[in-house]
Amino acid sequence: MSTTYLPKGLAAPSAAPDGLSQPFWDGTRQRKLMIQKCRGCGAHQWGPEWICHRCHSFDLDWVEVKGRGRIYSYEKPHHPVHPALVGHGPYIIVLVELDGVNVRMLGNLLGDPAQEVPLGAEVEAVFEPHDEADPPYTLVQWRRV
Amino acid sequence: MAERTLRGTVAIVGIGETTYYKHGKSPDSEFKLALQAIVRACEDAGISPHDVDGFASYGNDRSDGPRLAAALGVKALRFSNMFWGGGGGGVCGAVGNAAAAVATGMADCVVAFRSLAQGQYARYGRGAPVASVGGEQAFTVPYGLMSPAQMFAMKVTRFMATHGIGQEALRAISLACYHHAQNNPNAVMKGRPLTPEGYDASRWIIEPHFHLYDCCQENDGAAAVVVVPADRAKDFKNTPAYLLACGQGGDHRSAAPVHNMPDYPGSHFKALAPRMYDMAKLGPAEIDIVQCYENFTGGVLMSLVEHGLVKAEEANQVLTPENLKAPLGKMPLNTSGGNLAECYMHGLELVIEAVRQLRGTAINQSTKRDTAIVIGGPMVTPVSSLILGSEAAL
Ligand SMILES: [Zn+2]
Repeated sequence: MSTTYLPKGLAAPSAAPDGLSQPFWDGTRQRKLMIQKCRGCGAHQWGPEWICHRCHSFDLDWVEVKGRGRIYSYEKPHHPVHPALVGHGPYIIVLVELDGVNVRMLGNLLGDPAQEVPLGAEVEAVFEPHDEADPPYTLVQWRRV
Repeated sequence: MAERTLRGTVAIVGIGETTYYKHGKSPDSEFKLALQAIVRACEDAGISPHDVDGFASYGNDRSDGPRLAAALGVKALRFSNMFWGGGGGGVCGAVGNAAAAVATGMADCVVAFRSLAQGQYARYGRGAPVASVGGEQAFTVPYGLMSPAQMFAMKVTRFMATHGIGQEALRAISLACYHHAQNNPNAVMKGRPLTPEGYDASRWIIEPHFHLYDCCQENDGAAAVVVVPADRAKDFKNTPAYLLACGQGGDHRSAAPVHNMPDYPGSHFKALAPRMYDMAKLGPAEIDIVQCYENFTGGVLMSLVEHGLVKAEEANQVLTPENLKAPLGKMPLNTSGGNLAECYMHGLELVIEAVRQLRGTAINQSTKRDTAIVIGGPMVTPVSSLILGSEAAL
């Protein structure tokens, strides 16, 4: 039984229907943070697209990036909009600017929901496996470093 | 080559609204609400619905044009159009699309409308209870990020922090809307005035900037406007409101997935606003009346800045209840109560209120009334805005 930041019952992520994001979700199962990198112009791209928006190459590779970055913005939802969150109380969502690759990623900020969340604070990725899910999946969360 | 413009080519000559209801409280079906609003807009214009020849809507409105045309006995349907995108981003775009059809001779009398009965259908502010989510949602929903408020809150956090803007600026927007609604018999929040203390004490929807009163209602109702060629505008019953400009769309990659739009803390009007002002041949200083879509007050703040109506560095001083209240405020805002306090009619109620202000028939009538801007659906993409003017503004 794995520990998760939010209660069970939220929808599981899937690469369906088009499979575009499958390499990302395969990567998180192996505790790797994978994003797209264009073989045409070398630029990183996130979220996943079928084409590079800079050079229009369809030849997009998936590469591992270091799970380090800075908090670009955040929110603490209080009002539950999903049955699984009723009675849970506030939680923190952060938007993280990854170091060196000019992309942003979302996740929860682990730790006390009442904590201060300074913009610009350094964070690192934490892999949160949901092994008992069918099929199993792993989310990427963040914690202050 | 002739100047390519909508300026002065068409006018809104009819406005119609149903009773506005709390969500789920409409006694009538969504399609019947649409019909009621359109019939009322035609009555206001002094025409028969038989003479309408086009429909334009947005937000994936379920009352489709051909079905409306059949139900109303439209003689010939010449324009049937849907603006891409969710929420109210398309409100001004739908009017603009109607205008483009009329200005170019595709049609003669086009209704732009919105109908919503969220009791009959699903609500916006709820996450769908599904087992798995794909596409972009796979990167948001498992983290508890699923409602529109949650999708936009981090833009507001970043914008407020970047510019040092205080919560009082957002409170002023909310207080002005509630103030205006108290005089409006069709406002859902009439009889429920809001005080600064009431705002401050209201529960958090999302920290750090979304109190309950920063968030729009969800409502049932319908609203419609009738768009005709400007050279016929005086043949109708009421004073026409001329279209001076309309803009729609988004900034560079404003729909980039998973919060990766390059201009992140923004409401997506930066590209369209200057072009729209150019078309209108006026600037933000010459706007008398502002109707700005409040999905959330933070979106209003960013939209006002992006349209040049407020400078970010002056927002704390300029956005006060006194400045935003009609009739004497420097910049009367959402003078019928807007999405927050009149009705969340996805902004079409704001277009109608702009027309009333230009006619001089608004409940909270502004003393200056030659130009009005309507700003639709901040932070979604695509968004849209328009500028209307009196005959004197042409
Ligand atoms: Zn490329």
